[in-house]
Amino acid sequence: MRLRLVKQDTKFDFFSRWKMWLGISLVMMIVGFASFMYQGLNYGIDFKGGTTIRSESTTPIDVGAYRDAISPLELGDITISEVFDPTFAADQHVAMIRIQAQEGQEAVKSDIIAQVQVALQAIAPDIKFVSVESVGPKVSGELIQTAAIAVVLAIAAVLIYIWLRFEWQFALGAVAALVHDIILTIGIFSELQIKFDLAIIAALLTIVGYSLNDTVVVFDRVRENLRKYKKKPLNEVLNISINETLSRTFMTSVTTLLALIALFVLGGDVIRGFVFAMIWGVIVGTYSSVFVASAILLYLGVKRDWTNKPDANAGTQFANIDA
Amino acid sequence: MLQIDLWKRVVIWALCALGLLLAVPNAFYSKVEGHNDAIAEIELSGTSPEREAMAAQWPGFLPSGLVNLGLDLRGGAHLLAEVAVEDVYSARMKAFWPEVRDALRPERSTIGTIRLQPSAGDELKVRISEPDGMTRAMEVVRGLAQQVVSLSGVGASDIEVSADGSALTVRLSEAEKRATDERTMQQSLEIIRRRIDEVGTREPTIQRQGTDRILIQVPGIGSAAELKAIIGTTAQLTFQPVLGRGSDPDANAGIGNEILPSLDEEGAYYTLESAPVVTGEELVDAQPAFDQNGRPAVNFRFNPTGARKFGDYTAENIGNPFAIVLDSEVISAPVIQSHISGGSGIITGNFTVEESTNLAVLLRAGALPAGLDFLEERTIGPELGADSIKAGQVACIVAFTAVLIFMFLSYGTFGLFANIALIINVGLIFGLLSMVGATLTLPGIAGIVLTIGMAVDANVLVFERIREEIKSGKGPARAIDLGYEKALSAIIDANITTFITAVILFVMGSGPVRGFAITLGLGILTSVFTAIFVTRLIIVMWFERKRPKELEV
Repeated sequence: MRLRLVKQDTKFDFFSRWKMWLGISLVMMIVGFASFMYQGLNYGIDFKGGTTIRSESTTPIDVGAYRDAISPLELGDITISEVFDPTFAADQHVAMIRIQAQEGQEAVKSDIIAQVQVALQAIAPDIKFVSVESVGPKVSGELIQTAAIAVVLAIAAVLIYIWLRFEWQFALGAVAALVHDIILTIGIFSELQIKFDLAIIAALLTIVGYSLNDTVVVFDRVRENLRKYKKKPLNEVLNISINETLSRTFMTSVTTLLALIALFVLGGDVIRGFVFAMIWGVIVGTYSSVFVASAILLYLGVKRDWTNKPDANAGTQFANIDA
Repeated sequence: MLQIDLWKRVVIWALCALGLLLAVPNAFYSKVEGHNDAIAEIELSGTSPEREAMAAQWPGFLPSGLVNLGLDLRGGAHLLAEVAVEDVYSARMKAFWPEVRDALRPERSTIGTIRLQPSAGDELKVRISEPDGMTRAMEVVRGLAQQVVSLSGVGASDIEVSADGSALTVRLSEAEKRATDERTMQQSLEIIRRRIDEVGTREPTIQRQGTDRILIQVPGIGSAAELKAIIGTTAQLTFQPVLGRGSDPDANAGIGNEILPSLDEEGAYYTLESAPVVTGEELVDAQPAFDQNGRPAVNFRFNPTGARKFGDYTAENIGNPFAIVLDSEVISAPVIQSHISGGSGIITGNFTVEESTNLAVLLRAGALPAGLDFLEERTIGPELGADSIKAGQVACIVAFTAVLIFMFLSYGTFGLFANIALIINVGLIFGLLSMVGATLTLPGIAGIVLTIGMAVDANVLVFERIREEIKSGKGPARAIDLGYEKALSAIIDANITTFITAVILFVMGSGPVRGFAITLGLGILTSVFTAIFVTRLIIVMWFERKRPKELEV
């Protein structure tokens, strides 16, 4: 007896309410974007400049006492938060201390770090700084620019590749799904105020890759079925294709999620935000390949005379690269 | 149909075996690391019984390449420094003044008196009292120009001379500035490397980034502050004539002079001539020592030109004080007692033994041609790195096991085949990482975990396709064949698009992000290879043996 996530021969009708789904996606995108505009992201020092100190001590952390100890140093805006993680030992108390970028300095001077350490030793004598990271405002400005360029480049490259391999409608559908995924991811990061740093950009690009992976598999089947069912209306062809690939879609999402959840729970707090972005991306990406990418394809319509060309394989001139 | 040529089978298994063999050293990380270190030490400084024993921990015929652990896993310090390349322009102009003065002096009958004017750091302004002689003056100064030595600026002159009324301005040409920047960067890299090597840590990364930045990563060092103490000091040593001593830092020093504070005496300032007699560049050696009173000091020796300049100057200025200046602070200002001809001397000051040792190291390694601004500093403690590795390992194992069980439950025998391929896949990733000497970072571990999840995708695509073919009534052999054939385009398209994003991440990203891009990219390559070739070969071999009448996928 096999484990089946999806029954054989599903015949779900994904497109009876496709306008509604597109509408919902649009609304969610607007909410995400509005959250980003009004609340803004909780940028890490990679993008904003400043210093983060990760401290470790065997005495329990009192955030207020930490703040009182550091504030006489007049370092401007300071955020202190305690970090909890199942992988920590019982007497391992970890705090993250974030200090804003100091006026007129690139990286924070070592003596300031030393002062902070001395100040904290008054309340937690055995306190250790297990990591200290400091980024000057000059670099952080550049980092955010490079990151934005990377995301735009990735989307552009993908648009061109899918256009070459399929048709422009497919490319637009896929890119719409990508933009949807990215906006929703940024939206949830701004809504939950999770720290947004360089690693999250890597996660965003991975989401781009994953969502695309999913979309392309569906589209590949659509292309095949368009040749097979020449007379069927487009929404039926799309429905058949999605139903046929549904089992695979779920299998892959589940294996990927299994791996990611293991990492989320056991991988430690340092990469938790990164893994969270990816988990979210896998879920959103799976949703968007059906309800955004395919719906857009339905909206735009596709050329139906695939087989008029002498080579049955030639959807476009590049479609038979692997044949 | 379901046939794979023997040579192909051999190649596929050979590639797998090779990849796994390359991955093996990582399973014995500390042993292999000890072995590699011992071999390096033996090569460098001869053999010893302990080193031989260390080297013998790992058989020499096996590969010994390891995956480098990134700073976030091993602990250490990371610095991104910007070199203030403009510093060099003003140093050049400062040093150029005596030359200009000497060249103009014989022309005093036509150009009148010459006086240095205050000016921006990267230019030299000279006023002459007879504006009519300007043409001659410019001619003379232009005569001092030299050709720029660089690939691009062939034939260009290194200085630009312009005149405005009675003022003559000398500036470095653009071509010379670019050539100077290039030299400054090369020198800075070289000197930073030498200083870090003097301290002797393992596998430092010292890389140039962009036009004027240097990335320095030193694993195993306690903190970025320690690293900065080694490389952050410019260690510009100069010997300058002393004009006076006072307590007002803002006093008018006169043009061509400067006022510098004393290192030891609070509130004491020296007025010095800006153009140095000799600089630290002309030192050939520096050693920590003690002066006649038994206090820590630094002995130094000049090269022949430096020794001659120093000798001539001391011969002419007996009885006058001169200052030993380190990074714009006067260490000491002794009075010249006699002509110093040997080219060696001693720097005394209120040093501790440690300070004098450090100063000697810095002087020996050479001065940085320009100051460094630190844009980014990261210190990661070794404990945090060790915790991350441990957590990453546990997560990897759990993720791996979960996926293996899930695949078996879903696809039975075929799931087992996919699992074998998955194990090979992870081995291959490590093999490739060790082969290219890539650096594994924490996001890199995430990349591997993600690959574990996604690697099965290609197999899932094929298996689902085989299921469909069986359902449409195809025989087992035909179903397997068609399954692979039809799934291929989806596999290729899906993986190429993901690969594109991995490449973009690699090109645009830095540090940990790049580490993630590497594992993701390599993971895609190996998972496509294992899905298309390895699983297929396993299935074909199984099919040949069993010849099943019915397929259950």
